[in-house]
Amino acid sequence: MKIDNTQPLEYSTEQNEMNILGFWIFLGAEIMLFATLFTTYFIYADRTGSGPTGADIFEITPVLIETFLLLTSSFTIGLAVNAMRLQRKNATIAFLAVTLLLGAAFLSVEIYEFMHYYHVGAGLQVSAFTGMLLTTLGTHGAHVTFGLFWGLFILMQIKKDGFNPRTANKTFIFSLYWHFLDVMWIFIFSFIYLKGMM
Amino acid sequence: MEFFERFAVPHPSPLIYASMVAIGLTILAIILGITYFKKWGYLWKEWLTTVDHKRIGIMYIISALLMLFRGGADAVMMRLQTSVPDNGFLDAQHYNEVFTTHGVVMVLFMAMPFIIGMMNLVVPLQIGARDVAFPRLNALSFWLFFAGAMLFNISFVIGGSPDAGWTNYYPLASNDFSTSVGVNYYNWALQISGLGTLMTGINFIVTIIKMRAPGMKLMKMPMFTWSALITNAIIVFAFPVLTIALLMGTLDRQFGTALFTSTDGGMDMHWANLFWVWGHPEVYILILPAFGIYSQIISTFSGRNLYGYKSMVASMVIISLMSFLVWAHHFFTMGHDAFTNSIFSVTTMAIAVPTGIKIFNWLLTMWKGKIRFTVPMLYSVAFIPLFTIGGVTGVMLGVASADFQYHNTMFLVAHFHNVIIPGVVFAMLAGLTYWWPKMFGFMLNEKIGKWAFWFITVGFCFSFFPMYITGLDGQARRMYTYSEATGFGPLNMLSFFGAGLMAIGFVIIVYNVLYSIKNSPRNIGNDPWDARSLEWATQSPVQSYNFPVTPEVESADALWDQKKKGSQIFKGKVEKIHMPNNSGLPIIMSGIMFVFAFSFVFYIWAGVIISAIAFFACMVYRTFEKDDGYYIPVSEINETENKNGGAN
Repeated sequence: MKIDNTQPLEYSTEQNEMNILGFWIFLGAEIMLFATLFTTYFIYADRTGSGPTGADIFEITPVLIETFLLLTSSFTIGLAVNAMRLQRKNATIAFLAVTLLLGAAFLSVEIYEFMHYYHVGAGLQVSAFTGMLLTTLGTHGAHVTFGLFWGLFILMQIKKDGFNPRTANKTFIFSLYWHFLDVMWIFIFSFIYLKGMM
Repeated sequence: MEFFERFAVPHPSPLIYASMVAIGLTILAIILGITYFKKWGYLWKEWLTTVDHKRIGIMYIISALLMLFRGGADAVMMRLQTSVPDNGFLDAQHYNEVFTTHGVVMVLFMAMPFIIGMMNLVVPLQIGARDVAFPRLNALSFWLFFAGAMLFNISFVIGGSPDAGWTNYYPLASNDFSTSVGVNYYNWALQISGLGTLMTGINFIVTIIKMRAPGMKLMKMPMFTWSALITNAIIVFAFPVLTIALLMGTLDRQFGTALFTSTDGGMDMHWANLFWVWGHPEVYILILPAFGIYSQIISTFSGRNLYGYKSMVASMVIISLMSFLVWAHHFFTMGHDAFTNSIFSVTTMAIAVPTGIKIFNWLLTMWKGKIRFTVPMLYSVAFIPLFTIGGVTGVMLGVASADFQYHNTMFLVAHFHNVIIPGVVFAMLAGLTYWWPKMFGFMLNEKIGKWAFWFITVGFCFSFFPMYITGLDGQARRMYTYSEATGFGPLNMLSFFGAGLMAIGFVIIVYNVLYSIKNSPRNIGNDPWDARSLEWATQSPVQSYNFPVTPEVESADALWDQKKKGSQIFKGKVEKIHMPNNSGLPIIMSGIMFVFAFSFVFYIWAGVIISAIAFFACMVYRTFEKDDGYYIPVSEINETENKNGGAN
């Protein structure tokens, strides 16, 4: 395996470069996935049948908490990658751990939020609007859940093996994924919640 | 016993019982055969766990051919049923299931794997690479496709086939109107194989962008590689739409949501929109690689370089963008306003322009060329006029106001078979014959191949041209029978006759393969067709590492340059070659995915949970696994090259 030392560790082999490019293309596919969800949601937003509307069920407090948690975690994953570039192993692990904790906290609030919707009569089966709302949020939440496990296993590998082209590459790709989820959340926050509350 | 009742077929008939017996016996025969010849170890080590793009390509093509016969059997049953008025061979429900599975199998489990198989075989060789960017992922793509295909195919003996058409429109596909588990099968089989296809898309884009031989600029890539790049870009942007559509369908059918219903705010039309936002680009996913194959073949057998290379590339890029802007022409009659219909009518007609440019480029490539009418060239030459007829009838269908006459008639059926069969199927048969020596080191018999070509081509014309007439006279598609008073009888009989000719043609191809395995000469050299591009510069069949030395190229016709201008492709010294290790993980993960989806289809939640955990465990294993591949030493490369009389 040829290692190019002029590049950051995560780009240092040909395979690493291909992994990163491949992941960017995967994110392109993910954008299409979420674009389809958003489009469908906007079409369904007013199709509430006999169920509640968005303005009836949305509450700003949990949503704001979720937003702060996820945005902060996006910042800390950036710090983790920065620490990795500086070859600071413990700092990287610490920032990664904080990121995952923030992610777990986000997920807990989201689960609370889902239970709230269920209690106020906005379950999955009530109307096209509730079905699509929960599908869109649920797809994002499932991505975060998957990311939590993925990040945890990468953290374990850094702890065990330190920085090498493999672990650095994985950490960097994970950071791309995490930032992406954050960007999707900004769309959800603005166009599902804020627009829905207006 | 109650548990097993769910697996019963809802509308059994002697035909289905016969198929059950046939499937059971075939599986038994295969297992016994492999055990008797002690081939399990060989099969596992060399094929089931392989990550070699060439072998994966061959497995894709074998699956595609099997599915071609499955879908072909469906087709012949339909033609037989409609060959005479008031026929009682199939009842209405069975006919619904047959046209549904015919469509799904032919598009997703025959044409798609055939195309992806061709890409697997040819693209890394054409760009001078040792493998694809992610060999392990490539194996996973194949096995996921295979799991999806098998899941779909067992539906007609376990639980019942989908019966809402390959387009699966709601509300017809909802629990109310499609009461068996058939549409669950549809959702999950497409979901799994779609996942595999998406991974293929990413894999090949990275491969083509990052792994080209030195000197091969983007505009010096062979045309098939260009078509593969653009096709995979369409795959990456179109398939996620299908993923969501299928997810919504699953939620509606299995979790009681109201997304595609006509109550509680649901919108059944939205399925049609999502389906065709994926479905129309899918049409171009099928046809663009076919265009690439024709470009290679026509250029080779005309002895000339491809006319209008740049316009070929430009037109494919334009087609790929426009393919996302025409979807509503599939349902002009479903109540859009006139303005919407006009827009989609115009985009639909406009997309014919870049396609027309390509037709003229092929004609001008042949102009003043010294044409050799080999089997691949015959298919390519027949493709041009037949596809043009299909294209012109497509523009007719694109006229929104006129479409009210054609919609849902046999005219439409004739049109899309007229583009798909001469377009895609002919291209695959041509490509298979063309690249066969590269795969296996011997050629298919030309004389027998020409017989097959004539049977298939003439059979095609007899099958589908009569449908234009019956369609214009008002014969609806998907109707299992018609009365004698309609007068459709004789033309439908003619179609059945044509279908028979085509079936004979495909049997001849099978015979040709068997005949050529036995009788074709083996030492055919690297370049039996006197071809032009890089894949013909290495041995036939290709060694595991593809090229002993990294090739360097000056144009899209690298081998032609070497033959005519004396430029050297292989300049460097032989060095040790890095190769990826085989892995059993892809087939195991796909097997688990099969169990997951099968359990989901039948609401067996224990199976769903256990297989989901098992799949997750495989992913965890993968992330902790360290696999750096291995090196083939120089001595071994030299030995292989000398033994086979290779490029050095």
